[in-house]
Amino acid sequence: MPMANKTAPDPDTPVRTPSGIELPLVATGAHHDANGEGLPARYPFTRGIFPDGYRGRLWTMRQYSGLATAEESNQRYKFLLARGQTGLSVALDLPTQCGYDPTDPMARPEVGKVGVSLSNLAEMETLFAGIDLSAISTSFTINGTAAIIYAMYIACADKRGVPRDKLTGTIQNDILKEYVARGTWIFPVRPSMRLIADSVLYANEATPRFNPISIAGAHVRDAGATAVEEMAYTLANGLAYVDELIARGGDVEKFAKRLSFFFYVHMDFFEEVCKFRAARRLWARLLKGRYGVRDEKALHFRFGVVCGGLSLTAAQPYNNVVRVTVETMAAVLGGAQSIFTAAFDEALQLPTEFSAELALRTQQIVAHESGIANTVDPLGGSHLVEFLTDRMEREMERVMGEIDAYGGVVKAIEEGWLQARIAERALERKRNIDGKRTIVVGVNAFRREEGEADAGAVPRLDPAATQEVFDKFEAVRQRRDPAGVERTLAKLSDAAADDRENLLPYLVDCCHAYATVGEMVGRLKSRWGGFKEPGL
Amino acid sequence: MIANATAGAPPLKGKRILVAKPGLDGHDIGAKVIALALRDAGAEVIYTGLRKTPDYIARVAVDEDVDAVGLSLLSGSHRELVAQTVSSLRQLEAGDIPVFVGGTIPQQDQPELLALGVKRIFTAEMALADVIAAVAEVLK
Repeated sequence: MPMANKTAPDPDTPVRTPSGIELPLVATGAHHDANGEGLPARYPFTRGIFPDGYRGRLWTMRQYSGLATAEESNQRYKFLLARGQTGLSVALDLPTQCGYDPTDPMARPEVGKVGVSLSNLAEMETLFAGIDLSAISTSFTINGTAAIIYAMYIACADKRGVPRDKLTGTIQNDILKEYVARGTWIFPVRPSMRLIADSVLYANEATPRFNPISIAGAHVRDAGATAVEEMAYTLANGLAYVDELIARGGDVEKFAKRLSFFFYVHMDFFEEVCKFRAARRLWARLLKGRYGVRDEKALHFRFGVVCGGLSLTAAQPYNNVVRVTVETMAAVLGGAQSIFTAAFDEALQLPTEFSAELALRTQQIVAHESGIANTVDPLGGSHLVEFLTDRMEREMERVMGEIDAYGGVVKAIEEGWLQARIAERALERKRNIDGKRTIVVGVNAFRREEGEADAGAVPRLDPAATQEVFDKFEAVRQRRDPAGVERTLAKLSDAAADDRENLLPYLVDCCHAYATVGEMVGRLKSRWGGFKEPGL
Repeated sequence: MIANATAGAPPLKGKRILVAKPGLDGHDIGAKVIALALRDAGAEVIYTGLRKTPDYIARVAVDEDVDAVGLSLLSGSHRELVAQTVSSLRQLEAGDIPVFVGGTIPQQDQPELLALGVKRIFTAEMALADVIAAVAEVLK
């Protein structure tokens, strides 16, 4: 199939990164300043936050995973742990994420489709049966109902006799980006920000080793934002959370140590490496410059990544293994603390055991065979890498300045300005692919004219699994003490009306009483109302 | 320009199209990109926003007197939610409004959706110009 040669035939034609930065043909010392030199673990941390890089501790291998029922998911976690995974990452179904009980008419068709249904503590107990909560860190991709799932995790640890201060892991708990890209918002912006501040401040005391928020750029990126915009929007959201926490009386020197981040890694290798180096430096500078943070640990930009997403294709799905390998290397060279490598069939279905194992093996090979983790920031000092790091940092500051000029990120989201920008960017990206200005192998170049090989049957969710979720849900409702449930829910409802209260202790009590996600969300919604989506 | 850059009149001029997100799926960028592309092709586009029930979508389609409904689904619930939307349209005696589906729709599920009366199924890797041309062909 004919295609444009990516190397411009005319050497004077500019070549740009996907973020629009013009690349030199040859980079030299004249292209950058000395920022990238120096040592890791020294402000502003361009070269990393740990002096010994990955020699001291490898990144956490954390595969996002969740099947319809808690039992099957528990089995899949044990399967992954047995194959060398070093952390858990729980994928929840949409009803749990959006605050509906499984039997709600809105929820029924969606139960167990994109992750596990976790409507109450009994399900959480099943999910972690036989897994030592004090020994493994667990990440929950949960936002609208993050405070509830976190409370449920604490209740689960309590019941198992695991001390709360032994719990490690992360709840995503980043509602701002849900309004922009991921769409599992429930409440209006302001009470949602309160719920986040409540959980962060509570977690700092109750579970000091647990990350109560993972400020995520991954989803705006996958929706179409460039690498520069991904980082800029996320740092802007990060600052909005810092402001909220300070307004609630939080000590930035303390809570900033528990802020973490989450991003996508897509295909443009050097841009991906450099966006992490640039953002790590910029975050430290922002916290020091704006808030006077002194404790170096509070300046650390710690982040997890997912490799795959939009960069993967449904066409010729095995090509995705190669893409994820390149992306994993970029994540490592950028200094990620945890990595999720997506399965090659992600664009088609939930991963099978085969594809899930191959995805894990991909990062194990990078970790243990490639040798790239043996030296801290091995690309530091490369003229191109330092040039791109400098330029991307400046571009991130420019985009953040545009948000400030609009009136801040909360206003930009409430009024739909940011959402509209991302939609336009997504359209631009699509047009670039349609017009072959961006080459995607197997999609707009090197297609199989003879037609696609059969990707194989996509396994359908067994209706028996959904029925099992409904049955267990009803059984728990029958078993529990209704007066106790009502008592804890009533207290939650009262506390929700008083901004000075921290809601987390009330949510933990509700979970202990086996109140359901839908019941807790229902009480909060009756106090706060729901989010009204701005028009397109 | 998106589609038919060579043609005179925009291919969907005068058409009213509802772009809808049934169920709890929060992936709206595909729906928004399609909405913008339909608009560029001359259509008047109404976008429902997220988390709408099939009944609600059918009612809007009737109230707004649209020429077509586009449903975007990436959550794996397309079989249930498309069937419910088609049935809701029929209950409102609007079963003749053409329905299009886009998103993550495995090949094996496509015959079932087409048998429900869905006119065309679009996936993310199709060129926008082809999507617009297919819609225009049906609404001709």
